[in-house]
Amino acid sequence: MKHVLAVLVENKPGVLARISGLFSRRGFNIDSLTVGETLDPHISRMTITVSGDASTLEQVVKQLNKLINVIKISNVTEDPAVMRELMMIKVQADPQTRSDIQQIVETFRGKVVDVSLDSLVIEITGDEEKLEAIKILLQHFGIKELVRTGKVAILRGSKTTRESNGTVPGN
Amino acid sequence: MKMKGAEMVISALERENATTVFGYPGGAVLPLYDSLFDSSIYHVLSRHEQGAVHAADGYARASGKPGIVFATSGPGATNLVTGIANAFMDSVPLVLITGQVGTGSIGTDAFQEADITGITMPITKHNYLVKNVEELPLIIKEAFHIASTGRCGPVLIDIPKNIQDEIGEFDYPEKVDIQGYKPTLEGHPGQVNKAVKLISKAKKPLIIGGGGVIRSGAGKHLLELAEKGQIPVALTLMGLGGIPGDNPLFLGMLGMHGTRTANYAVMEADLIIAVGMRFDDRVTGHLDSFASKAQVIHIDVDPAEIGKNVPVDVPIVGDVEVVLKRMLKYFKPGDIAEWKEKTLQWKNEEVSDYSCEKSSPEVLTTPEVIKTIFQHTSQLDTIIATDVGQHQMWTAQHYCFNNPRTLISSGGLGTMGYGFPAAIGAQVAMPEAKVFCISGDGSFQMNIQELATASYYRIPVKIAVINNTYLGMVRQWQELFFQKRYSSTSLSGNPDFCKVAEAYDVPARSISSAEKIEEAVTWALAEEGPVLLDFQVEPEGNVFPMVAPNRPLNEIIDGSDK
Repeated sequence: MKHVLAVLVENKPGVLARISGLFSRRGFNIDSLTVGETLDPHISRMTITVSGDASTLEQVVKQLNKLINVIKISNVTEDPAVMRELMMIKVQADPQTRSDIQQIVETFRGKVVDVSLDSLVIEITGDEEKLEAIKILLQHFGIKELVRTGKVAILRGSKTTRESNGTVPGN
Repeated sequence: MKMKGAEMVISALERENATTVFGYPGGAVLPLYDSLFDSSIYHVLSRHEQGAVHAADGYARASGKPGIVFATSGPGATNLVTGIANAFMDSVPLVLITGQVGTGSIGTDAFQEADITGITMPITKHNYLVKNVEELPLIIKEAFHIASTGRCGPVLIDIPKNIQDEIGEFDYPEKVDIQGYKPTLEGHPGQVNKAVKLISKAKKPLIIGGGGVIRSGAGKHLLELAEKGQIPVALTLMGLGGIPGDNPLFLGMLGMHGTRTANYAVMEADLIIAVGMRFDDRVTGHLDSFASKAQVIHIDVDPAEIGKNVPVDVPIVGDVEVVLKRMLKYFKPGDIAEWKEKTLQWKNEEVSDYSCEKSSPEVLTTPEVIKTIFQHTSQLDTIIATDVGQHQMWTAQHYCFNNPRTLISSGGLGTMGYGFPAAIGAQVAMPEAKVFCISGDGSFQMNIQELATASYYRIPVKIAVINNTYLGMVRQWQELFFQKRYSSTSLSGNPDFCKVAEAYDVPARSISSAEKIEEAVTWALAEEGPVLLDFQVEPEGNVFPMVAPNRPLNEIIDGSDK
C-alpha cells in the first residue's frame, strides 16, 4: 500500500541527507520525494510517497519524528487532499503524427512546450492515474525521454498541514 | 561578551558544569586546545581517540552526566566512529567536539578532511557542522540538551578551524526550544490506568527491566512495584543492577545467556511489563515464540521502540521513572501467589553453577575468578566494566549486581576494546569507587595502549584479563555450530600481559591456579594505583546456559549433553 506523508522540516543543510539516509538504512522504500520551501523560508516541506504495510509506515513515521530537524509529519493518504505531479515527455513526432499527438495533449489539458522537426516536448500535471494514462497513449508514438517531479499534496478546505493533528501514529 | 570560537566552547562547557574532557589533540583543534590550556577543565589525554570516546562513555554511564570528547579532524574524528556507534546503541549521553578543516577548504579533500557529520549521521542522535561563530553558543546548548534528555545519545559538533579562531558575541542561552524535539516524559494517564488494571488482573505477570531503568534512575520505583505486587523481575544485560541482584524476586538475566528461570518465566508469563528495554534479538531469541502467551505493556521514552519488534497491548511513551511513580499511585496488587511459587521453584532448581568444564583439575575457570572478585568487592563501592565476549556473559551471570550504574558494558554494539577505556572513564567519574575492568585477552588488546593513560594519571583501575588464548565466544560458536572448525579464533601469539603492563609501570601478576585467585584479588584491591591480573584460564570453557540464536528461549543448552 502507498502512503503519502507531508513532512515539515527545518530548511537547513543536510536535512534531505538525514531523511534519505534514514529510509535507506532502515530498509524503507521511497517511491517519490519532493521538497521545496514553504511560506516560511526557514521551513521546507517534503512530500514523501512510501510503500509498505501499516507497521512499516508506523516505524517510518516514528523514526522520522526522531530526527531533530523534522517538525511535523502528517499522513495525508486518507485525508481529502489535492495531489499533483508534473511530468514532461519528449515524444517522437513527424508531420504525420504531430496533430494526433497534439489532440491527445489537449484532451489531457497538457501543453506542448517545445517543438522540433522530429519531436515534441509535452508538459502535463495531474494525479498519478492521469499521468499514467497519457504516458501509455504517447508510448505508441515513441517516448524518447520522460521526467517527473514526484507528488505534492495539499489538504482541501481551510485546514493546513501544520494544524492537522495527524492520522500519524506514535507521537 | 566577545571571544574566540575556541574560548566559547570552553566557556560553554563551564556553563554546563563540565569538569572533565577526554580527548586527543591535532592540527584542526589547536585553537581549542590552546583555550583549554588556561581553563580549570580536567583533560584526560588518551592514547587513541577510540580510548577517549569509550572513556567518556564509561564516565557518562557511571555518573549519569554527559561525557565530553575532543578530537581533531579527519582520522581523529573517524577514530571516534566505533565509540559513537557504541554510545548510540546503548543510549549514552555524549557531546563530541571535533575539529574540521577551515570553511574555505571544506569539500576540497584538504589534508585531514573527513565529512564527519555525514559519516556519523546514522550513529548520532544529532550532529552539527558549525558555519558561523555566532551560532556556536546556541549549538552547544542544544547539543547538551539533546544528548542528555529523552532517550539519551551522542551528539557531535564539528567546528572548522577558522571558526575556532573567529571572534563573536558569547551569549550563552539559559534555555533552548527546539521545534522538532519535544520528548514525551509523562506517560499518558489513560494508558497508565489500563496498565495497572492489567497488572492487577494478571495471573502470571513478569517485569522485564532494561537499560532505561538505570538511565532514568527508576531502580527503586521498579523495585517498589515488584515488591508491592510480589511480581518476579528479569533484567536485560543493560538493566543489571536496576534492582538488587540478591532480591528474592529477581530471576536473573534473560535472553541468550540468561538464567533458565528468567527464560522459562518469559515463556510462561501471561503479562510482560517491559520497562525501558527494546526487545533486542539477544533478549528475545526467536521473535514469534517470545512470550507468546503474554500480553505486553511497554514503557519506553522512545516511541519508535514501542511495537518495533514485539506487538504491544498497552504502549506507554514516557520517562520510566515518571511513569512508574504514577503507576505506583494507582496499582493494586492481584493474587499471584501460585505464579510466584512456580518461579521460586524454578529458581531453586536452577543449577547454581553452570561452571565451565575443566580440562585438568588444577586449571582455573572464569566463573571462579568472577565469584572471587565478587566476594571481595561486594561490600565495597564497586564498578565493574567489562569487554565483550565470554568473560562479559560470565560476569553478567556470576557477579551479583546490587546497585544501578555498577555494571558498565557494551550491550547493543558489542564492542571489543570498550571495557578498559570505559573503566578508566568510570574511575575518573567516581574516584572513590573500586573499579574493576574484566576483559578478555582478545578485547584487551584492542585498546591496550590505554595502559599509558591509566599509568600516567595513576587511575587505579584493576584490570583482570581473562586469558584463554582464544576469541572465546566465537570459538564457542564454532564448537557448537561449526563442528569445532576453529577458524582464526586462536590467539596464540599473545604477549606476556604482565610484561606489557610492567613496561607501562603498571604492576601485574599472572595467575594460573585456582588457589591463587583470592590472593591476587586481595593484592589488586590493596594496591593504590592501576594493576593488571593475568588470569590464565581454561582455554575451551563454554558459557552456559545458552539459547542458540533465533531459537525459542525455552530451548536451553546447558552443556550437560557433552
